[in-house]
Amino acid sequence: MSVGLANQTVTATRAITTKRSARVPGPKRGVKGIPLTILGCVFLAIMVFPVYWMVNTSLQATSGAATATWFPFSPTFRGYETAFAQQGQNFLSSMIIGLGTVVLTLAIATPAAYGLARFKMRGTRVFLLVLLITQMIPAIVIANALYTLFNNVGLLNSYIGLILADSAVQVPFAVLLMRAFMESIPPSLVEAALVDGANDFRAFVSIVLPISRNAIVTAALFTFLGAWGDFLIALTLTSTTAVRPITLGIYNYIGSNVTDWGPVMATSVLASLPAAVLLIVAQRYISAGALGGAVK
Amino acid sequence: MSATTQTRPRTQASVPPPRPGQRRARMRIGITRWLFVIPAALFVAVFFGYPVVKNIIMSFQDYTTKTFFTGEAPWVGLGNYIQVFQSSVFATSVVNTALFTAGSIILQFVIGLALALFFRRHFPLSGFLRGLLLLPWLLPLIASSAVWKWLLDQDSGALNQLLGVVGIAPVPWLVSPSLALIAVIGVNVWLGIPFNTTILYSGLQSVPPELYEAGALDGATGFKAFWYITWPSIRSVVSVVIVLGVVYTLKVVDIILGLTGGGPANSTQTLATNAYHQSFINFQFGIGAAVSNVLIVVSFVFAMVYIAISRKAVDE
Repeated sequence: MSVGLANQTVTATRAITTKRSARVPGPKRGVKGIPLTILGCVFLAIMVFPVYWMVNTSLQATSGAATATWFPFSPTFRGYETAFAQQGQNFLSSMIIGLGTVVLTLAIATPAAYGLARFKMRGTRVFLLVLLITQMIPAIVIANALYTLFNNVGLLNSYIGLILADSAVQVPFAVLLMRAFMESIPPSLVEAALVDGANDFRAFVSIVLPISRNAIVTAALFTFLGAWGDFLIALTLTSTTAVRPITLGIYNYIGSNVTDWGPVMATSVLASLPAAVLLIVAQRYISAGALGGAVK
Repeated sequence: MSATTQTRPRTQASVPPPRPGQRRARMRIGITRWLFVIPAALFVAVFFGYPVVKNIIMSFQDYTTKTFFTGEAPWVGLGNYIQVFQSSVFATSVVNTALFTAGSIILQFVIGLALALFFRRHFPLSGFLRGLLLLPWLLPLIASSAVWKWLLDQDSGALNQLLGVVGIAPVPWLVSPSLALIAVIGVNVWLGIPFNTTILYSGLQSVPPELYEAGALDGATGFKAFWYITWPSIRSVVSVVIVLGVVYTLKVVDIILGLTGGGPANSTQTLATNAYHQSFINFQFGIGAAVSNVLIVVSFVFAMVYIAISRKAVDE
């Protein structure tokens, strides 16, 4: 039953990233469907309005009593100038933490995913269950204990500390995601290499990794976005401004009384950009990786 | 050891026992295989196992900032828990956590299901519009909090401006203790709708169309078709969505800290934010640990109930 939940979790993840071919109970195409399209646009407009408002205000000067208009009629990039001046360093910090977390997480999670998918060893089921349970542990628990540990070993306010803690949160999910894919690799592919004299590591590097490229890219993407968007770990494991990701920069903005929303919204737009860029660039890997269809 | 367990089924057949060299080679393979998993196991042990155990230990200690200087954390037995259970903030947090979780889950599930059913009708541009529905996911949670704090701003926020058009006086969404929790739930529902819609939509896609055709012959259309065909077919997806939703909602901190910081007057304080406040604002790490352990227990109880239910469903 534990593995059942694992599969369901991964199925859920797949569902997010997968485009399924349409099987329709009652297709309404052409002119007949136009009212539905209009209704759909209305729903979408309500859901996406906050995103629009963020971009809209980021292009306006709203300091003082002046309130934002519904459209940036006279756009200004002053908000972005302020954001870059105040948050540029934080943006770089987030980049370092995000990339560091991806490297560490993949280095740990990829072999484990393969090991759990292919070798039926003692304890693999237990380990899978543990990985699932970690998904239920609130990050505040991790932060609470790691604060005391990091304080003792001098990892507070450091990139390494944040990368380690962010990876801690990301590794279990990355393992579960990639394992689901690697289970679909036909054992015969790897066995052929083993017969040819390769050991398990050689087979892993030269066969499993290339085949699993899509799954690995997908895991890397989720890991990066998770670390990039992390707020609680950074909030708790830093006490100075030495290492400050952009999420903390935004929190500092909104923690006080905001009078000028332009730079705040500009920073929010900047903080959302990596996700947008990555999703566009990696889209085909994600659909393929989540489908698990590389070796059909 | 693992190598022998691996090979036992094969050696049990009438094959002669492996020569010593072969056995050593198999042992090496066994060790190599363990090496794949061991780094991850160690990592999880250090960064999940240790914190969970440490948290349990800390919850029985008087662990404060002083501990960092003196190294002393006197044992207080159940003192932290007693103090927590007797505090009025804890009671408020429990009620708020229940309201926040139930409100968020019910609303985002109902709206998500409605949108999933809507988008299943495949009108022109339906796929495109459904894709755009995921746009809010691009924002880091704290950025979403910033945007909503601005939208809900009492004096110049967009929502109050809009309400002003129809003559409604500015509403103190995040400032009034009686409204703040509702506002925070609303924002969390907004965040959860894309997830619910997407998963439920994919669940709906896997219902075989033949079922509807057969159902239509028997007169099951409209709501009847939903109740007798759609709902039973997507029940497992529904339970996944709800369980994942509850587990994640219980943990929510970013949104609440960003929007209200748990205020005004603790009206949006949940177990998770309360744990944060105890540890990192009051620097009462022992008490913070006790609160977060309560949170873990709540999560586990819910997960167990889920497993029990899904087992029962399988048995039936």
